[in-house]
Amino acid sequence: MDSIFSMFLNDYYIQVLTMLGIYLIGALGLNLITGVTGQLSFGHAAFLSIGAYTSAILSLKLHTPFGLAILAGGLMAGLWGVLLGYPTLRLTGDYLGIATLGFGEIVRVVFLNMTITGGALGLAGIPRNTTLTVVLLVVILSVWAMVRLENSRFGRSLVAIREDEIAAEAMGVNITTAKITAFAIGTFLAGISGGLYAHLIQYLNPSDFGFLKSFEFLTFIVLGGLGSIPGVILGTSVLTLAPEFLRFISDYRMLVYGLLMVFMMIVRPRGLLGGVQLRRLFAKKNVQQTGTSASGGAN
Amino acid sequence: MLSQQLLNGITLGATYALIALGYTMVYGIIQLINFAHGEIYMVGAFVGVLMVSVFQQGLLVSLVAAMLACMIMGVTIERIAYRPLRRSTRLAPLISAIGVSIFLQTLMTKIKGPQPVAFPPVINDALYKLGPVEISKVQIIILIVASLLMAGLHFIVKYVKIGKAMRAASEDYDTAALMGINVNRVISFTFAIGSALAAAGGVLVGIYFNSVSPFMGVLAGLKAFCAAVLGGIGSIPGAMLGGLFLGVAETLGVAGGFDLYKDAIAFTLLIIVLLFRPTGLLGRPIQRKV
Repeated sequence: MDSIFSMFLNDYYIQVLTMLGIYLIGALGLNLITGVTGQLSFGHAAFLSIGAYTSAILSLKLHTPFGLAILAGGLMAGLWGVLLGYPTLRLTGDYLGIATLGFGEIVRVVFLNMTITGGALGLAGIPRNTTLTVVLLVVILSVWAMVRLENSRFGRSLVAIREDEIAAEAMGVNITTAKITAFAIGTFLAGISGGLYAHLIQYLNPSDFGFLKSFEFLTFIVLGGLGSIPGVILGTSVLTLAPEFLRFISDYRMLVYGLLMVFMMIVRPRGLLGGVQLRRLFAKKNVQQTGTSASGGAN
Repeated sequence: MLSQQLLNGITLGATYALIALGYTMVYGIIQLINFAHGEIYMVGAFVGVLMVSVFQQGLLVSLVAAMLACMIMGVTIERIAYRPLRRSTRLAPLISAIGVSIFLQTLMTKIKGPQPVAFPPVINDALYKLGPVEISKVQIIILIVASLLMAGLHFIVKYVKIGKAMRAASEDYDTAALMGINVNRVISFTFAIGSALAAAGGVLVGIYFNSVSPFMGVLAGLKAFCAAVLGGIGSIPGAMLGGLFLGVAETLGVAGGFDLYKDAIAFTLLIIVLLFRPTGLLGRPIQRKV
C-alpha cells in the first residue's frame, strides 16, 4: 500500500501526513482524558516519551518485532498512567493539571539522566519501521474505538463525570475506576503514538517531550473543539500543517504560530467545531457552566 | 556549611517568590494559570541588560525601568489575550497564554539570538564574612530588594484601596463587581504588579547567575508556579513561603548529591505536597458542593 501512496505523493507529503497521523493518535488519547472525561492533563508528552523510549529500547536492544515493541510502549505508558492516576485523580480541576505538569517534567529529567536512554545525547539509530500505511491503520482503529467508546455505557459515564462529578457519583458511577480507566486508555494511545514517532524520526531526545509538547496536544484538542472527535481531527490537522504552510515566512514561523493561537482562541474560544457537534451536550446555554465542566468541574 | 547552603537557598528562594507572587495573585482573582508569566520575567531580565549595557545606567534605574516596561507589557497582554476570553471555557485563556509565551520567546530569540548573554557588570562581586557564612554583595542586594518589594506588596494589598479591592475580587469576583468595584481595573492592576515583581526577579537572577537567555523563563516560570502551588495558590504569603521553601529545598538537594536531578526536585515536592495537602501549605480547603 505504501507503493500506492508514493505514486501520488512525494516523500515530503508522506512524511508530513505520517507525522499528522501520529499526533492524531496522541491527541485522541488526550481528548478522552480532557475532552470527554474533563480531567486536565498537562503532562501528555511525558506518556508519549515513555512509549517512545520503551519501544525504541526494545527495538534496539532486544530486536523485538515492530508491532510488539509499539504495543509494549503503549502498555508501559498506560501502566504509568494508572500509577500516576491512582493517587492524583482525586485532585480536582487545575490541581490535577498541575500534578500532571510536575510528572511530565520529572519524566523528562529522569530520561535526561538515565544511561539506557542515552541521556542528553539522545537515542539514535532506531530502525525506521513506521510507514504511512501503519499509521493510517492505527488512526482508523483508534477513531473507531473512540467513537464506539463514547457511545457505550462507559463513555456516557465519562461524560457524566465531566458534566457534574457529584451528580454522576450519586447516579452510581464509580468515579475513581472510570477516571483511571479513561486515563489508562488515553495514556496507552499516547504511548502508541510515541512508539510510532520513535520509529519514524529514528532519534529521541528528552527535550523534545517537554512541557511545550504537552501543550501542543492540548492546543490540538481545544482548537478543534473539546470532546468532539471530528474536532480533534480538524484541530490536529490545522495545527500540524500550519507550521508547514508557514514555511514561506521561515524565520518568523513560530512568531506567527503563537499569534495565531491567541487569535484563534479569541475568535472561537470553544474551538473550531466546538458547539457545532456538541450542541446537545452544552444545551445548558450558560457559557460559564460549560467553562467549569471543560476543566474538570472544580468547585 | 549548612548555614551557607541555607543562605544560598534563601537567596534563590527570594527570586522564586518574586515570580510566584504574580502567578498567585492572577490565579486568586481570575483562576488563570498565566503561562506567559515566565516570559515576562525573561523580558524583564533583557530590559535590565539593555539599560545597563546600552544606556549605561546603574542598578536601581535599570531595575525600575525593567519593572515599568514589564508592567506595561503585562497589562497589554491581559488586555489583548485574556480579557476577551474572560467568560469562555477555562482552557481557552490557557491556550492563549501559551500562544503569548511562544510569541515572546521567539521574538526575543529573533532580537537577541538563542545564546545566553552575560549580564554586564553592574555591581562588584565583593564577599563579606558573616561568622561562618560568606555573603556576596549580589546576595545582599537580592535579599534587600526582594524584602522591600514584598513589604511594599503587603502594604498595598493590606492598606491601600486598590489592594483591598484586589482582596475583595479574589474572595468573590461577582460580588465584588456588584459592590461597585471596577473589576477590570483591579485585574489590570494585578497584572501590572505581578509583572513588575517578575521583572525585578528577572534582573536580580540575571545579575546573580550572570546569564540571560530567551529560554530562561520556561523552567523558572514553571518552578515559580510550583512554588505558588506549594504555598497554596491564591495566597500571597503562601507564594512567599513556597518560594523560599523551594529555593532552600533545591539548594540542599544539590548539596546533598542530587545535582543531576536538580530540576526534578521542585516537581517531586509539588506532587508530594499535592497528595497530602491538595491545596498547598497555606491554601484554604476546597469545598465540594452541588
